[in-house]
Amino acid sequence: MQYDEVMIRYGELSTKGKNKRIFISKLAQNVKFALQDFEELKVHGERDRMHLELNGADSDAVLKRLESIFGIQNYSPVRRLERDIELLKKVAVEMIEELYTDGKTFKVMTRRSDHDYELDTNDMNQLLGAEIFSKVEGIKVQMKKPDITLRVEIRNEGFFLSSKTVMGAGGLPVGASGKGMLMLSGGIDSPVAGYLTMKRGVNVEAVHFHSPPYTSPRALQKAKDLAAKLAAFSGSVQFIEVPFTEIQEEIKKIVPEGYLMTVTRRMMMRLTDRIREERKGLAIVNGESLGQVASQTLHSMIAINDVTATPVIRPVVSMDKNEIIEIAQKIDTFDLSIQPFEDCCTIFAPPAPKTQPKLEKARKYEERLDVEGLIERAMNGLVITKITVGDTLEAQQEADFSSLL
Amino acid sequence: MIYFDNSATTRMDKNVLQTYEKVSQTINGNPSSLHLLGNYADGLLQQSRKQIADLMHVLPEEIYFTSGGTEGDNWAIKGTAIEKRQFGKHVITTAVEHPAVKESVGQLKMLGFDVTILPVDQSGRVSVSDLKEALRSDTILVSVMVVNNEVGSIQPIAEIGEVLKDYPTVHFHVDAVQAIGKVPLLLGKESRIDLATFSAHKFHGPKGMGFMYIKKGKKIAPLLNGGGQESGKRSGTENVAGAASMAKALRLVLEKSEEKQKDQREIKKYLVQQLEGYKKVSIFSQKEGAPHILCFALKGIRGEVMVHAFEKKDIYISTTSACSSRSGVGSSTLEAMHVPEKLATSAVRISLTDTNNLAEAKLFMGEFDQLYQQFKDIK
Repeated sequence: MQYDEVMIRYGELSTKGKNKRIFISKLAQNVKFALQDFEELKVHGERDRMHLELNGADSDAVLKRLESIFGIQNYSPVRRLERDIELLKKVAVEMIEELYTDGKTFKVMTRRSDHDYELDTNDMNQLLGAEIFSKVEGIKVQMKKPDITLRVEIRNEGFFLSSKTVMGAGGLPVGASGKGMLMLSGGIDSPVAGYLTMKRGVNVEAVHFHSPPYTSPRALQKAKDLAAKLAAFSGSVQFIEVPFTEIQEEIKKIVPEGYLMTVTRRMMMRLTDRIREERKGLAIVNGESLGQVASQTLHSMIAINDVTATPVIRPVVSMDKNEIIEIAQKIDTFDLSIQPFEDCCTIFAPPAPKTQPKLEKARKYEERLDVEGLIERAMNGLVITKITVGDTLEAQQEADFSSLL
Repeated sequence: MIYFDNSATTRMDKNVLQTYEKVSQTINGNPSSLHLLGNYADGLLQQSRKQIADLMHVLPEEIYFTSGGTEGDNWAIKGTAIEKRQFGKHVITTAVEHPAVKESVGQLKMLGFDVTILPVDQSGRVSVSDLKEALRSDTILVSVMVVNNEVGSIQPIAEIGEVLKDYPTVHFHVDAVQAIGKVPLLLGKESRIDLATFSAHKFHGPKGMGFMYIKKGKKIAPLLNGGGQESGKRSGTENVAGAASMAKALRLVLEKSEEKQKDQREIKKYLVQQLEGYKKVSIFSQKEGAPHILCFALKGIRGEVMVHAFEKKDIYISTTSACSSRSGVGSSTLEAMHVPEKLATSAVRISLTDTNNLAEAKLFMGEFDQLYQQFKDIK
């Protein structure tokens, strides 16, 4: 069925007091961005809900796009009709028939903003209820928790009808909570951490450490492909590639094996924080999950987190691997993440890293490094790319190859 | 020139050749190499596989690249035999198969397998009840071609599939080499077919290239062991240019394939109508057979004489199949259809493709009429 409008409910947003206006305008902005190619479409952000006037835009396509926008509690496609009671009856029956299967129940709920209209809400409920009951064979009326609720609004501009409510992605509009730097490796956890942070309104930028020739171009591409998956939730993601070879080589030369990992992580954390500062971010986000690997014990966290006072958001810290994988599959990053390319966390990895590194030792070993110089040089070599949805290697190749095939 | 020998091989399409050339020159990494050139070549190989899978309505992991029809048939039969030998040693096929099937099954027989060869009726088709009777508890494979290459008869593949639904452990292989773009073939979940053989040069693709469909969950042993290409099922450095150009050829042949089939059916119908007007002509192909193959004989004149007589007029037809025509043996399909040997040696085959047209058929009939007058008093 082609619809004329979509009504979007904010849910959680509505409770946010004076910040509400900022949130609503952010959401309206994100919705407009996600639907920018539908030029005929108009977005009206109001206090309690948002209206999309489709003006002929393909409603199925619009509904699909809304699925991944954070800050939407749920939404309903709406038919807008002339104030013609016969037409109303006919469309009401069609809308019910589209949803009805054996044994389902329904009710009609009318609201009236035009109080001068000849039928009051009860009259309208009864009139449409009777029409549906007689036309849709086998359907039953039920007032409490019916399977189908047909909502009717009588307004001056016409009759507005809706029968479906689609659950939105929930959360807060991306950007409403400021900007954060995601430490994006090629693994399963960090994209999930990025997704969960975006869900709470953070505009996530991806920081990726690249150590050629120890890490391959494919590993870099994989991280970019993951960023493209995350872009589905925000339209685009800034991808910041950090040259990390020199730092890793220096650490390997100077730091004792047991502390290689700890010192490497401290350098990564420092660099991410420096990038955050430059790009006016408010937090660091990573995919650490407690106890999974040596670098992710509480002892390690103390030794690594020591380099910054910036909040470090670890959305998957208390999740089991299976729970993380479930989300990775939902956001379509899992298959990419399990591709076997070595990233900078695994190269030079000692056979037995310290699971309980001591902060003082980490600091002491680090003193032998030219920390400032190394960081300065890495910062000078940043490569920043804007990655949008579908900006994957596969998509690029598909385009390259299409003329051949 | 009129080329009416398209079941022997087709001319490579100009656009397909362009792809072949371009890929050979510019995408020359080995798909198994680690570096970017290798990755890029692998990307094209997988994209080609996906395109073929999409066109056949199956999954990419169900498509395996091969060197063509002969390899496919050998692989399906011997691969099944090796894979399933501990479950049984009985194989069923038909009397009208391509030599690649016939000889592979023959080799199995030498190795101690039991083989049932189903007879065909006068139209060249097997009967489903014969198949039912032939099935045993130790049957591991049923191999039936979709379209016969010599007379164009279409086997009752769907009905055979129905019967085999009660025998889920039997591998069902179809040789679909002559079927592509000519008759509909249902693969995938809804189909009982487990294995299907395809060859690119029969649909304006490159020679030496083909693909196998192996239904997800079905297993056959590899025949070519080595570097583990094609998921370990078919080793050998991948032929990327061959795969890409085959994918393109497949797309082109399946575009508007119903219209193309209709056109070829019209040409065949015209030729049949004309030939039926000649007293000494026998037609072996059925009207309801494949749209592109027409097998007939001019009594008393050996097939190869006809081939050479037409050749002088720059028209190319064949005695029954190209594979058997040089070895001097008669058509085994016609023999299986109980066509008398003397008549069978007079058989010739016209095989069409989508670039043939009615004007060519008319020219052909003009030449045929002259030859008929020339030959009619010879006994």
